[in-house]
Amino acid sequence: MIHCADLAYCYPDSSDISFPDVDVPQGGVLLLRGPSGSGKSTWLALAGALLRPTRGRIDVAGQDLTQLKAVAGDAWRAKSIGFLPQKLYLSEALTVAGNLAMAQWAAGVADDPEAVAQTLDALGLKDLAGRKPSQLSGGQAQRVALARAVLMAPQVILADEPTASLDDDAARAALDLLRGTAARLRATLVIATHDQRVVQALSHENLYQISLQVTNNVRKKL
Amino acid sequence: MKIVVIAFRYLWSRPITAALNLLLLSLGLAAITFVLLTSEQMDQTFERDLAGIDLVVGAKGSPMQLILAGVFHIDVPPGNIPLGAVQELSQNAQVAKLIPLSLGDTYQGFRIVGTTPAYPEHYKMSLAQGQMWKQPMQAVAGAQAAREGQLALGSRFASSHGLGGKGHAHGNSLYQVSGVMAPCGCVMDRLILTATESVWQVHEKATAVDASDQKALEAEREVTLALITYKSPLAAVSLPRFVNTTTEMQAAAPAIEITRLLRMVGVGTDVLRGFGLVLLLTAGLSVFIALWNAVRERRADLAMLRMLGASPQKVAGLLWCEALLLALMATAIGLAAGHALTGLVGHWLQAERSVALTGWIWFDAEWWVPLLAMAVATLAAALPALSAYRLDVTTLLNSR
Repeated sequence: MIHCADLAYCYPDSSDISFPDVDVPQGGVLLLRGPSGSGKSTWLALAGALLRPTRGRIDVAGQDLTQLKAVAGDAWRAKSIGFLPQKLYLSEALTVAGNLAMAQWAAGVADDPEAVAQTLDALGLKDLAGRKPSQLSGGQAQRVALARAVLMAPQVILADEPTASLDDDAARAALDLLRGTAARLRATLVIATHDQRVVQALSHENLYQISLQVTNNVRKKL
Repeated sequence: MKIVVIAFRYLWSRPITAALNLLLLSLGLAAITFVLLTSEQMDQTFERDLAGIDLVVGAKGSPMQLILAGVFHIDVPPGNIPLGAVQELSQNAQVAKLIPLSLGDTYQGFRIVGTTPAYPEHYKMSLAQGQMWKQPMQAVAGAQAAREGQLALGSRFASSHGLGGKGHAHGNSLYQVSGVMAPCGCVMDRLILTATESVWQVHEKATAVDASDQKALEAEREVTLALITYKSPLAAVSLPRFVNTTTEMQAAAPAIEITRLLRMVGVGTDVLRGFGLVLLLTAGLSVFIALWNAVRERRADLAMLRMLGASPQKVAGLLWCEALLLALMATAIGLAAGHALTGLVGHWLQAERSVALTGWIWFDAEWWVPLLAMAVATLAAALPALSAYRLDVTTLLNSR
């Protein structure tokens, strides 16, 4: 579940961004729309407890993020947030399975090869466990990144431009996989995108939207 | 996954950089280990061989040469001194013990020392086999001399003239081995001891033409030098001056000469140690540059770790762990190489019947080597780790 009210963040270079209120129940899908520079990344950072709101309140996965200290924030993020970055950021020094095990290490939980195998299996990646990221196709790599995001069974999945560099078929497949995985985990799914195809493809009973615009959101203080 | 495993994978994801840094660190540590091993063993050898010898009396010449020849048996003696003068000196009230040594012959490069049983007693030597010499031409071999010269109990051997080992053999006077000494790790190991009379006998027989000539030679008997222990420390003030001014002999105090020697050799070890430290510094800088680049290259990887819930400390710790891992491997290689090098040099010295040096030894001081390596690694990792600690994770979201 995600709930935010009167949320705003002020950057040190004094650009001030305020966000519309939203209330997404657990298992819902939130579409974060807007062109680049409209504040999508800032909203994701706020939802991931990477930034603290300057104003207002944001609750994610039952946690009031304004009350979270830095160290606790890292631990909370490890267990509650699954993050699928646009550029994937798989580590080339490690295998596919190693990249997942790395997530367990980062979260500070014990090594669990069983969980890694299960997660890879659920996303049809069982046979690729021993490969290096450079030996994967674009679609496979994205699935590995998704596997890493959902390894800890998070309550919220944050996907940053998941269709940005994909053709129409691949984009649809990626969205289906994302929604399917989120549904399986009963996780709340947040998709930040400026891709019209995503908006058209998603017709969901639980669909929520935040539309951000550059003009009225970023006002330079004089 | 364990942090060590992750650090190892990251380290070897750039194998050439890692191998070069490992090599540099190892070389520095090996040089330092080598200096440590050799200088510690030298000090120990000097101290052990000195064993309470207060004064060495011999022919006039270089005092250091006299000490090196008389105490450590690594140089030729300056000359001989009359037996009568030595006997007179042994009656001196300030002399507690006087051990005469006659040098001049060798067997396969091992020095044959004509002396009295007081010499092995002074080093508290025990016999592994046989007994002390009872009469001239019987000899007791040190452990190394017996082993490498194949001197078994009862075997006979001819000495060869001169300390270089290339002189003519005294073929008509054969020594017989009456005993073999237990190893002591000191100078005794590479000596062959016999009665003073044996040395005279060998040379008089070799040169005397008839009985009257023999008599004349006996009247001129000499020894090479004498080792003296004082009765009281006060003797150090007067006895050397007494010998140096009133006799034709020279007195040299080992303590002073050794200090002088170590100061001269010390320059060499200082240079070598400095060289090792410079190598280590270079290695430290190289590791620093490698880690610094690694942080820049892996900025996204590290930020992703933060995104996955790792605390900044954990991410910084990962980098530190990488440096420590490198240091640990370098310590193992460096120590092994340092010991191997010392062993090799020891092998050469042994072939020259010189000071004993071994690689099979561990000094407590060597614990400083891993500590030093870790200090270098920690210093090298400090800035990169700090920059990893301060990494802005939100850049992960902004890079389009």
